[in-house]
Amino acid sequence: MLKDITLGQYFPGESIVHRLDPRTKLILTVVYIVALFSAKFVASYALMMAVLVTCILLSGVGFKALFRGMKPVIIIITLTAILNLFYNTNGTLLVHFWKLSIYTGGIQMAVMMVLRILMLISGTFLLTYTTSPIQLTDGIESLLGPLKKLHLPVHELAMLMSIALRFIPTLIEETDKIMAAQKARGADFESGNLVQKAKALVPLLVPLFVSAFRRADELATAMECRCYHGDSGRTRMKKLTFAFRDGAALVLGAVVLASVLVLRHFGF
Amino acid sequence: MEPIIETQKLTHTYSAGTPFEHKALDAVDFYALPGEVVGIIGHTGSGKSTLIQHLNGLLKPTSGQILFQGKNIWAEPKKIRGIRFQVGLVFQYPEYQLFEETVYKDIAFGPTNMKLDAAEIDRRIHAAADAVNLSEEVLQKSPFELSGGQKRRVAIAGVLAMEPKVLILDEPTAGLDPRGRDAILETIHTINKTRGTTIILVSHSMDEVARIVDRLYVVNDGKLPFEGTPGEVFVHGDELRRIGLNVPQVTQIAQALNRLGVPVDPAVYTMEDAVRSILALRGKGGGAPC
Repeated sequence: MLKDITLGQYFPGESIVHRLDPRTKLILTVVYIVALFSAKFVASYALMMAVLVTCILLSGVGFKALFRGMKPVIIIITLTAILNLFYNTNGTLLVHFWKLSIYTGGIQMAVMMVLRILMLISGTFLLTYTTSPIQLTDGIESLLGPLKKLHLPVHELAMLMSIALRFIPTLIEETDKIMAAQKARGADFESGNLVQKAKALVPLLVPLFVSAFRRADELATAMECRCYHGDSGRTRMKKLTFAFRDGAALVLGAVVLASVLVLRHFGF
Repeated sequence: MEPIIETQKLTHTYSAGTPFEHKALDAVDFYALPGEVVGIIGHTGSGKSTLIQHLNGLLKPTSGQILFQGKNIWAEPKKIRGIRFQVGLVFQYPEYQLFEETVYKDIAFGPTNMKLDAAEIDRRIHAAADAVNLSEEVLQKSPFELSGGQKRRVAIAGVLAMEPKVLILDEPTAGLDPRGRDAILETIHTINKTRGTTIILVSHSMDEVARIVDRLYVVNDGKLPFEGTPGEVFVHGDELRRIGLNVPQVTQIAQALNRLGVPVDPAVYTMEDAVRSILALRGKGGGAPC
């Protein structure tokens, strides 16, 4: 049921991509996105595609798992394709019926946009598939570290994120349980119109909120019992360290970005 | 007598066709007779929760079938909600499912879903509250201001108000103090005696089960290795220990005495029977003097 959602789920592994420092992966993901949006022509798309496929193969995550997580965005992709198909009037006219017309430019644009979205999502998914949520928030906290000088609560935000991520599976499990319990009392979550369906959610949402607040309370107490008092003077058990592979990966990332920019400049 | 509910070769596989595939139940044959108190015992992950969620149609079997009063409950999938009114299921920690403003309205949730008329709903609420020893004042309170034990009573009343023919309770005493536990067990016993409701009690405590059940199933690794009266099941002390369960403390003492050569009945499971069995030995003049 609800447990089948795989959006951004972590796949434990030992590959080189898994072992990269989370900060490296975060920086590379940003570089990848910038490069992807700078890519304009076939050659640069091919380059980006090659980079993506190499990374996926290195990570051992598998294309199947990657695409399974993409189901929720299929609608967005289809809409983008349709809009681009009909609203681009460059190139030569191919088909015309009623008020709609398709130009060669439209087809080109639609293909490009769909590819771009697919590659954008697979790239960012690769980050969350190969990096555990804890590593990810540690990385973000470390990268945003300099902002602490501006009195931004970076540590608190990172802690907030880790806790939120940590409790998603717990809440999903809880939802499953409460749903089953209310179904056992004859609750009907499937049939009826929109208003009836919304009303049917009350017996599910009230216990869920109550239990979320209870958990938050217990967690706060448990953290205080272990003398948690925010960032000041806090040390880490697992320190993030850059290895040689991180340097190499960053250099490669820079090279890819530079190549895309050069290709764009010369119009390939 | 015809069983009121039974499973035939019930098999359930979670996440079939994925690397996480797991066979939770394997060709399970289970039955309960009308008016009987049946215990299901097994440790965490043995498949007992999966089994009971099949009995009221919350889970659909991978293969095999579930018969309620002789009819396959999945014969008409659209009428599965009707089965849930007849086979009431009280989940573990049921107090976490309460959601209404007052206890009265919360207990009314089940009967209202059954589309009964207002007078009948009102009657059932009072009858159910009475059966679990909830007073009239409590009915107008918010369920969130009650104590843990009271909340659990409210949740049980919520299922009881549907007046099911079979009542399944999953670890109804988990997390309660000894007095709360005794009170709940007493309530269950009374419901069985006064209403004739068939009770299926899931537990991991042998002592608790031994006190109130007529018949007992042991669940292990998706199968039911032992079935019978508590006495019949508890003679398998060694096998039960091997699968991570144990027999009641009284039975442990009797079996230990047996190993020392004192011929006490190794299947006793209540304090009274044990005392009787030991006293009988004295009468015969056998065994060591106490």
